[in-house]
Amino acid sequence: MKEVELNTTTINFGPQHPAAHGVLRLVVELEGEVVQRAEPHIGLLHRGTEKLIEYKTYLQAVPYFDRLDYVSPMCQEHAFALATENLLGINVPERAKYIRVIFAEITRILNHLLNIPAYAADIGAVTPFLWCFEEREKLLEFHEAVSGARFHAAYFRPGGVHQDMPEGMEVKLFEHFKTLPKFIDDLESLLTNNRILRQRSVDIGIISKSEAIEWGCSGPVLRSAGVAWDLRRSQPYDAYDQVDFEVPVGKKGDCFDRYLVRIEEMRQSISIINQCLNKIKPGPISIEDNKITPPKRNQMKKSMEALIHHFKLFTEGYRVPAGQVYSAVEAPKGEFGVYLVSDGSSKPYRCKIRAPGFAHLQTLDHLSKGHLMADIAAILGSLDIVFGEIDR
Amino acid sequence: MIKFLTKIDGINNILENNNLLEIEFEKNNIIKIFNELRDNIELNFNQLLDITAVDYPSREFRFDLIYILQSLTKNKKIILKTFIKENENIESITNIHKSADWYERECYDLFGIEFINHPDLRRIMTDYNFEGYPLRKDFPLTGHTEVRYDDLEKKVIYEPVKLTQEFRNFDSESPWEGMENKLFGDEKSSGEN
Repeated sequence: MKEVELNTTTINFGPQHPAAHGVLRLVVELEGEVVQRAEPHIGLLHRGTEKLIEYKTYLQAVPYFDRLDYVSPMCQEHAFALATENLLGINVPERAKYIRVIFAEITRILNHLLNIPAYAADIGAVTPFLWCFEEREKLLEFHEAVSGARFHAAYFRPGGVHQDMPEGMEVKLFEHFKTLPKFIDDLESLLTNNRILRQRSVDIGIISKSEAIEWGCSGPVLRSAGVAWDLRRSQPYDAYDQVDFEVPVGKKGDCFDRYLVRIEEMRQSISIINQCLNKIKPGPISIEDNKITPPKRNQMKKSMEALIHHFKLFTEGYRVPAGQVYSAVEAPKGEFGVYLVSDGSSKPYRCKIRAPGFAHLQTLDHLSKGHLMADIAAILGSLDIVFGEIDR
Repeated sequence: MIKFLTKIDGINNILENNNLLEIEFEKNNIIKIFNELRDNIELNFNQLLDITAVDYPSREFRFDLIYILQSLTKNKKIILKTFIKENENIESITNIHKSADWYERECYDLFGIEFINHPDLRRIMTDYNFEGYPLRKDFPLTGHTEVRYDDLEKKVIYEPVKLTQEFRNFDSESPWEGMENKLFGDEKSSGEN
């Protein structure tokens, strides 16, 4: 019998490493410089969000969703708002739907404007980071204008959105999104045909169509493998059935395809926002049932009933009929879902959060097998990993 | 689609709601059911989205085990539910859906439900050497231990939780709501209010 000598080195990558995108600990088994096995150890950012939500009212649970995937906060509030509305059996007004779509798309651009340069930085380019952060700052001003906070917005609430957009916001948005396509072109001129970026990403971390489905991938990772699947298209929520957009798909499913899909998604997001801005009309921004949404401040000064409603909403909260529901949105990273169980009280009995990154990180071992150690950084960057949502 | 679902053994209580189907199944048939759900061309639930559990401590079958599947070709989602007792275990479906690996580990970690034939059933979310199952309803919100960096020992040490203020969980539910239309102290009246 032939004797085989194993000559592998096991190294520890992270949990404190700039390319780990947070607190990922990887145990990597190397043969020379070739990866044999990469085993992620996660949970270093586990905060027990799901347990905490069980002890909070539905409204108090909203801010926890900002803190999951902290680079795309509004999309996650969206999933929770949809789930709660589904259980309550309410339908939000038209204007709220459009505002939600506009801000969900701004969030998508924000997320991709972070992921693309972070990915580029992982494989050696520094300039995109500086460019994109400037652009992100401009978009975050819109977040701030509507919600008062740049990141932790708590803006999409069950029943609608928290407050209306300030006056003149539509025009400002419209003006801004006239300039953004030029920026994306500039960004592409810096990256897409860059030799180093291509050498580091083409044919790296390939995932095939069937594997992507089998591993539970969604979002850009699934689309880069050639599956034209987008929840905004196939199971439209809010105003997504009113807008026209294209779903970009890749061919090979490698890191470069994932990068290209994200670039194109930003362009589509701009087009969606512009269509929404053309269609949005004045009107109420949340349902006018004071059993669920709080009354106006000035009403509370005059009306006893409004005062009681306010008091009840912010102490007990509203009761949600018993039942279970699973609502998912197409978050920038993929399918973000909320499985909500209500027992009829004012606090969720169970709230399970389905984070897209969890499924994506699971494929890391599969994707990095046979690649070089340095490619792990590229693959991690292209999967768009954020530990806030994976560890929960 | 419901027509094909009813043909599978061990499935009951089918409920349809837009793109979402909800069913209950018997845990002994799990492998057969999941194979059928994936391989039947009319169903084709090829993507496993999530596995989770819900704890009801007062029930004999303590846990609801929830599987969420999606069919990309039929554009449907399905919530499968089964009931298991506290010390019961269930067959792993990692051979059918690869992504079940971490989901089952998470479920084991947070609820203590064991999956038979899972390739690597270890804790995933909680700390190394963690004890207890945090998402069970009888696990306290604050946990049992807290950590701090000890300057003398030059390392992080674990201690039992000390709260400077007791955890307060207000019962804000009004005793008035849902009150029967009954006037206390007026029992002598005819009884019809």
